[in-house]
Amino acid sequence: MTRIAAIAVFWTCLLAVLYLLRRQRNVAFWPLLALSAILLFNLFFTPHFYNLEMRGGHLYGVPIDIINHASKVAVLSLGMTLVIGAGGIDLSVGAVMAIAGATMAHLNIEAGMAPGYCILAALATGLLAGMWNGFLVAIMEIPPMVATIILMVSGRGVAQLITSGQIINFNNPVLNFIGNGFILIPFPFILTLVVFGVTYGVTRGTALGFMIEAVGDNEVAARRAGLSAKTIKFLVYVFAGLCAAVAGLVHTSNIRSADANNIGLYLELDAIMAVVIGGTAMTGGRLYLASSVIGAILIQALTTTMYAKDVSPVVAPVPKALVILAVCLLQSERVRRYLADRPNRAQGRGNE
Amino acid sequence: MRKLLASVLGIALAAAGTFAGEITVGFAQLGAESMWRTANTDSVKGEAARRGINLVFSDAQQKQENQIKAVRSFIAQGVDVIGLPPVVESGWEPVLREAQEAGIPVILTDRRVDTSDESLYTAFLGSNFITEGENAGNWLVRELMGRYGVVKGEVFELVGTVGAAPAIDRKKGFEAVIAKHPNLNIVKSQSGDFTRAKGKEVMEAFIKSPEWDKAATKIIYGHNDDMVLGAIQAIEEAGINPGKECIIIGVDAIADAFEAIAQGKMHCTVECNPLLGPQLFDMVEAVVAGKEVPKTVYSIEGTYDYYCAEALLPWRRTLY
Repeated sequence: MTRIAAIAVFWTCLLAVLYLLRRQRNVAFWPLLALSAILLFNLFFTPHFYNLEMRGGHLYGVPIDIINHASKVAVLSLGMTLVIGAGGIDLSVGAVMAIAGATMAHLNIEAGMAPGYCILAALATGLLAGMWNGFLVAIMEIPPMVATIILMVSGRGVAQLITSGQIINFNNPVLNFIGNGFILIPFPFILTLVVFGVTYGVTRGTALGFMIEAVGDNEVAARRAGLSAKTIKFLVYVFAGLCAAVAGLVHTSNIRSADANNIGLYLELDAIMAVVIGGTAMTGGRLYLASSVIGAILIQALTTTMYAKDVSPVVAPVPKALVILAVCLLQSERVRRYLADRPNRAQGRGNE
Repeated sequence: MRKLLASVLGIALAAAGTFAGEITVGFAQLGAESMWRTANTDSVKGEAARRGINLVFSDAQQKQENQIKAVRSFIAQGVDVIGLPPVVESGWEPVLREAQEAGIPVILTDRRVDTSDESLYTAFLGSNFITEGENAGNWLVRELMGRYGVVKGEVFELVGTVGAAPAIDRKKGFEAVIAKHPNLNIVKSQSGDFTRAKGKEVMEAFIKSPEWDKAATKIIYGHNDDMVLGAIQAIEEAGINPGKECIIIGVDAIADAFEAIAQGKMHCTVECNPLLGPQLFDMVEAVVAGKEVPKTVYSIEGTYDYYCAEALLPWRRTLY
């Protein structure tokens, strides 16, 4: 009985948020609508989906798995939103995750360093990687796709060198906590909320967000208006590198081993997908942080639903692609205008 | 003309080699992309040294053109036998024909080539992924008989990367065995991409499914050990004892799996053997002595369970 009441309260809140977002014409409406559709589907067709319980002193259930595993891509997508908002792209974040994870595990196991230092060193590798990308893009003026593909290809090799091609296992309570810990909800998700809060505060609490959008929208105009476009572009890549390092720590810690071959593999694509689903245009000039996080959760909700419904892995990518295609179409101006005009046309009052 | 010169030179060199009683083998290793491959290289090099065979070794860094170059240089050097683990399946016919014209036998190791003319290579040596799946199935059936006297249970399968040969064949072999037992069924099957992270994520979803609660005998079969190691973490984190409440089987026989078995968290791992050196040079010696070798030789692969894992762990740590 309490379960039904809880589900009813959850849905009331969700619908209220959707209504408010729609009224404000907020971009987050579309990805949240798609996410709601998935949740609605599961409400009817996956009975065990909403089974939330307390186990081992924390929440346990399918929705918890979703926010837990969505965290990696969500953190990546926050960095990616700023980069894309500034008119760039960062393809190296997956490889940077592998470097950060390998650094943490190597320093802990091979060098016997305390976990705190291992984490700091891993974050430093992310900063360094971001500075390298920022240097190539902002100072050397190499197109972002070319500049970041260099680290995307070579970064995994660097991670392999750090681990000497082995999978390094570790078992340290602090390091295990990053990816497996719970404070009622999964620690990775708390980390995501913190990174989101900081990013939102810095970009929207100050003029920095507008500056990034100005650079992404029209770099020449931004420069003429007195903005240092170079500095801003450099900084967004550094931030993306740092986010990638955080995601790498979460991923590595989650499996308690640094698997340089596979950590973060193809996640740069998921991060870009989350940003696009969130409504940030690839052409730059706008950034929607919360929307990107919802996009990341949407991607994971789709994946987890495929597992829950036992969709064969051979066909699972198809329904996933269809949902993502639908969200992207809803983001398109043209499709929206068509949908908005339809009632008028039906009454013969088309405005063409 | 160049080809003629090369073959004349080759025959001369080979003759010199035979005269000295020493066999020369060219091995065009494809790269060093995984721990499995490194172990494979060490095995080939170590066994050659042990038998006093002159090994010409080259590393192609995962590039076919490098492998083709290496094979051509082996032909020019006139080695007795060429060992080749082809990085891809297609595009080998011209260079294999060159070797054939030079009269140098080629033994393919661990991967096959796609060709209509099987006479282009002498033999193939490698794993039989279907047998590996059957080994896992047979071990499971024996284990269930030993424990409960009946073959009954629900299998949660962690599939490898969709479309990969080992994933397809390990599933096929396993299914062929359990198909004979109507009360032993695969109830869930999802891809864990051969990685620990995905194995763990998929297992978390399995544990929360109604099938898991319904299953009386919970069996986890993973197409490689890494996925299974990830799954074991998920099982433990859900407050379930993997050793006592499940039967867990992996494939590959990596050292970490032996450790998990020794700790009582896993039950069995089926070997996918990279240590092809001894069998390869047995075949080389037979070919050089003019004996017939079978066209396909499968590597010798064991199945290791909790009876032996702890004792074998130190030895496995030295392998791969």
